[in-house]
Amino acid sequence: MAQADISIKPTELQGGHGHPDKWKWYDYFTFNVDHKVIGIQYLVTSFLFYLVGGFMAVLMRTELATPNSDFLSPELYNAFLTNHGTIMIFLWIVPAAIGGFGNFLIPLMIGARDMAFPKLNAIAFWLNPPAGAVLAASFFLGGGAQSGWTSYPPLSEITANLPQTLWCVALIMVGTSSILGSVNFLVTIWKMRVPSMAWDQMPLFCWAMVATSVLALFATPVLAAAMVLLLFDINFGTSFFKPDAGGNVVVYQHLFWFYSHPAVYLMILPIFGIMSEVIPVHARKPIFGYKAIAYSSLTICLVGLFVWVHHMFTSGTAPWMRIFFTISTLIVAVPTGIKIFSWVATLWGGKIRYTTAMLFAVGLLSMFVFGGLSGVTLGAAPFDIHVHDTYYVVGHFHYVLYGGSVFGIYSGIYHWFPKITGRMLNEPLGKVHFVLTFIGTILTFTPMHNLGMQGMPRRVAMYDPQFAHLNQLVTVGAYILAVSVIPFYFNVIWSWMKGKEAGPNPWNAMTMEWTTDSPPIIENWEVLPVLTHGPYAYGMERSDEVGPAGEPLPASRS
Amino acid sequence: MKQIPAPFWTLVLGIVVTLVSLWVGQNHNLLPEQASEQAPLVDDLFNVMMTIGTALFIVVQGAIVYSLIRFRQPKGDETDGLPIEGNLPLEAFWTAIPAVIVVGLGLYSVVVFQEMGGFSPGGHHGHGAMVAMAPQQSVIDIAPLVAQAAAADEDIFSKTQVYGFGASPLVQMNQPDVTVNVTGMQFAWIFRYPDTGITDGELHIPVGKDVQLKIEAQDVIHSFWVPQFRLKQDALPGEPGELRFVATREGTYPVVCAELCGSYHGAMRTQVIVHSPKDYADWVASRVAEATPTTTVAQPAETATDAEYLAGIAPDLAKSPVQIAQMTSMSH
Ligand code: HEM
Ligand SMILES: [Cu+2]
Ligand SMILES: [Cu+2]
Repeated sequence: MAQADISIKPTELQGGHGHPDKWKWYDYFTFNVDHKVIGIQYLVTSFLFYLVGGFMAVLMRTELATPNSDFLSPELYNAFLTNHGTIMIFLWIVPAAIGGFGNFLIPLMIGARDMAFPKLNAIAFWLNPPAGAVLAASFFLGGGAQSGWTSYPPLSEITANLPQTLWCVALIMVGTSSILGSVNFLVTIWKMRVPSMAWDQMPLFCWAMVATSVLALFATPVLAAAMVLLLFDINFGTSFFKPDAGGNVVVYQHLFWFYSHPAVYLMILPIFGIMSEVIPVHARKPIFGYKAIAYSSLTICLVGLFVWVHHMFTSGTAPWMRIFFTISTLIVAVPTGIKIFSWVATLWGGKIRYTTAMLFAVGLLSMFVFGGLSGVTLGAAPFDIHVHDTYYVVGHFHYVLYGGSVFGIYSGIYHWFPKITGRMLNEPLGKVHFVLTFIGTILTFTPMHNLGMQGMPRRVAMYDPQFAHLNQLVTVGAYILAVSVIPFYFNVIWSWMKGKEAGPNPWNAMTMEWTTDSPPIIENWEVLPVLTHGPYAYGMERSDEVGPAGEPLPASRS
Repeated sequence: MKQIPAPFWTLVLGIVVTLVSLWVGQNHNLLPEQASEQAPLVDDLFNVMMTIGTALFIVVQGAIVYSLIRFRQPKGDETDGLPIEGNLPLEAFWTAIPAVIVVGLGLYSVVVFQEMGGFSPGGHHGHGAMVAMAPQQSVIDIAPLVAQAAAADEDIFSKTQVYGFGASPLVQMNQPDVTVNVTGMQFAWIFRYPDTGITDGELHIPVGKDVQLKIEAQDVIHSFWVPQFRLKQDALPGEPGELRFVATREGTYPVVCAELCGSYHGAMRTQVIVHSPKDYADWVASRVAEATPTTTVAQPAETATDAEYLAGIAPDLAKSPVQIAQMTSMSH
C-alpha cells in the first residue's frame, strides 16, 4: 500500500552522488539554508547567551546577598538587570525554543525536505548574532541600558541614551527575525506536510508552532512600533511618550505589553509542544486528549492577545479595564489546565521510563502547577495590586520561565540530542543535572514569593535589612543553579564528540523525525516517508506499517 | 486494603485534602499585618485563592507523584502502556471545574474591587484653598510656585481621568477627612497637605479617618505602595492617581517605591505614620506653628527609614531638599 502512495518520489539528493550527505563543522558558520543547520545554529548561539544571561543573574544574586549595594553599583545592577532579562527572553528562550527546536524539527516531523523559504530562514537566523552584538555594545558604551527589559518611558528617555537606543535597535532586529521565522513556519506547516498527513495527524509540536507563529505575527509588529517611537523620542525630539510635551507615558505600556504578554506564550507554547512529544514516548502511551491539547494551544493564542493589561493594574488603567482583563486573564488558566491534566493522564497507566528527558518533563509539570496557580492569583486585580512589581512577581515568572521554559528546553535537548547529533547524552550525568536544577529552582524562586508579599519591591539593588535572610537563601539557590549547568554543558560537548552511537530511533518513538538517520541526511530522507499511523500510536496494533525504505517499523509491542 | 472499595478512599482523600487546604488558607501567615480597611478584603480574596490553590496543588502533584511510582516501567518489561487516547466525560469535567473556579474568582475579584473603591477614583471632591509649600526649583522665592502647583493640582484633578482607588461605596458622597498631595521624584516622596500648608517627607495620617492621597510624579514613573495597606498606585507624570483609604491601626509602616525609577530606586523608601486622632492633631499643630517656607520644605533624606543606613550606602541621597530639587530638574 505504501509503495503506491503518491508521496513516494525518490528524489536525488541535492548534491548528487559523491557529495557528502553530512555537513562539516565549518558549514555551521556560514549562510547555510538547511533547516537542520539553522536549527543547530539557533540552539548553539542561544545556549551561549544563556551562559551570559546566567552569569549576570549570579552577579545580581551576589549583590542581593546583603541589603546594601556593596558589590555592584546601583547603575551597574540596573544594567545587569536589564540585560539579563533581555538576553534571557530575546536571545535565549525565544531563539532556542522557536528557532532551534522549530527549525530542526518541523520539516522532519511533517516529512518535508526543508522549510518553505530556506533563504528567508537563514536571514532570520543571521539577524540574531548582530542583535546580540548590538546589545553587547550597548553594555560597553555608556554603561548599558538602565531601565529594565520593559524600558518604560520617561525613565528610558532620560537615562543613558546611547545604550538605550542600541537596546531598541537590538530588539527591532530580533523582532524582525521572529516575524520572518513565523511566516516560514506557517507556510511550511500549511503547505509542505507529506500528502498522507492530515491536520489531525500532525505531531502536537507542530500545532504548538502554528499557535506560536500566529501569535508572533499579530504581536511582534506592535513591539517594533513601540521601539521605533521610543527611538524617535530619545533621538529625534519627538514626544510620543514625554509627559511634559503632551505625550502619554501609559501608551507605551499598552504597546509594550500588547507584545510582551503574548511573548510569554511565545516562550511557553513551543515548550508545551515539546512536552506533548516527550511524555508519550517515555510513558509509552498515546497522548491523552490530542484534540484538546491542539485546540487549547489555539485558545491560549487567542485569549493571550486580550490579557495584556494585567501588567498595568496599578498604572493608568480605567476601572472597566481592570475588570475585563481580570476575567480574561483568569480564563487563560482553563486551556493551560487542560494541557496539564492531559499530560498527567498520559502518565497514568503508562510504563514510565525514567530517562533524563522524562525527568525534566515531569519536573516541568510539577513546576508549572505551582507557577500556574501563582499566575491565577496575579490575574485577580485586587491581589495583584498588592504584589505587582514585587518579588512575588519575580518568583512567579521565574517559576514559569525557569521551571517551565528552561526545563522544557532541557527536556527537548535530552530527547532529541540523539537525532540532532547521532549520539546519546550520558544519562547519569543528566540525572545529576536534573537533581541540581530541580532543587536549585525551588530554592531560588520559592522564597521570592514570601519576599514580595512581605514588602520587597523588585528591581532593587538595595533592600530593607529585614529581608536579608530569605535573600540569602535565594542566593544560595542561584549558586546551585549556576553549578547545575556545568554537568550539562560538559555532557553535551563530551557526548557530541564521544557519546554512544544512537541509531535512528533510540527511544522507539513514532513521530516522523525518527524514521530517518541520526543525524538526518542533508535532504532528510532518501525517499519521503509515508504516514501509516498517528504520531502517538503506542500500544496499538500496527501490523500494516511500512518504514521509509519499505522495511517494517519496529514491531508494535503491546 | 483490597476489600475497601475505591470510592471510600476517594472520599477519605477528598476530606483530608479539603481540611488541609482550608487550614492552609487560613494559617499561611504570608501577608504582613493589616492596617487599612482594604487589607482584610484583599486578604480574604487571597485566602480563598490559597485554599483552592492548595487543594489543586495537592491533587495534581499527588497524581503526578502517584503515577511516577505506580506506573514506572517494570524491570525488563519493554511493552507499551494501555492505549487510552481520551475520555470525553473526564475532559469535559476538568474543563468545566477550572472554568467554574476562575469565573467564580473573577466575580469575587470584581466585588472586592468594588468594595475597595476601585470604581470611583477621581470623583470631584472639592477641597479647601491650597497653600502647599512645594519644594520646587528653589526655596528662595516659593510663593509663585506654590500658587502654580495648587492651580495645577486643581486643574488636573478636575479635568482628567484619575486612576486608582476612590471612595468605597459606603462613603461615596462624603468629603475625605484628610487630603494629601503625594509627589514622587527621584528618589523621594513629598507629601503636601493642602489644607494646612504642611510639607513633609513622611506621611502622617490619623487612624480611622477617611484619607485621600492624590498621587503624581515629577520626573519618571514611581509607584506608591504601603504593603500593610495592600494598596499601590503608580505615580505617573502627567496622569493623576488617587488612593482613598481608612487606616485601621496605629503604627509606622514603610512606604515603598515599586516602580523602577532610576539607580536609587531601591533606596526610595520612607514611612507612613498612623497617629491616634489626638497625636495627629498635635503633629499638625506643631508643624503649622513652625511653618516657614524654609523649614517646611521636605527633608526626605533625613526622615527616611533607616536614615543612617541609607546615608551610608547612598551618600548622594543625603542632600538638602534644594539639591534634590535641582537634581531632578537637571535630569529633564
Ligand atoms: C540562574 C537562574 C536565574 C536567576 C538566579 C535569576 C535571577 C534574577 C534576578 C535576581 C532578577 C532581578 C529581579 C529584580 O531585581 O527585579 C531577574 C530578573 C529577570 N529574569 Fe531572571 N534569573 C534566572 C534565570 C532567568 C531565566 C532563565 C529567565 C528566562 C527567560 C529570566 C528572566 C528574567 C526576566 C525577564 C527578568 C526581569 C528583568 C527586568 O525586571 O527587567 N531569568 N532574574
Ligand atoms: Cu521611585
Ligand atoms: Cu522606584
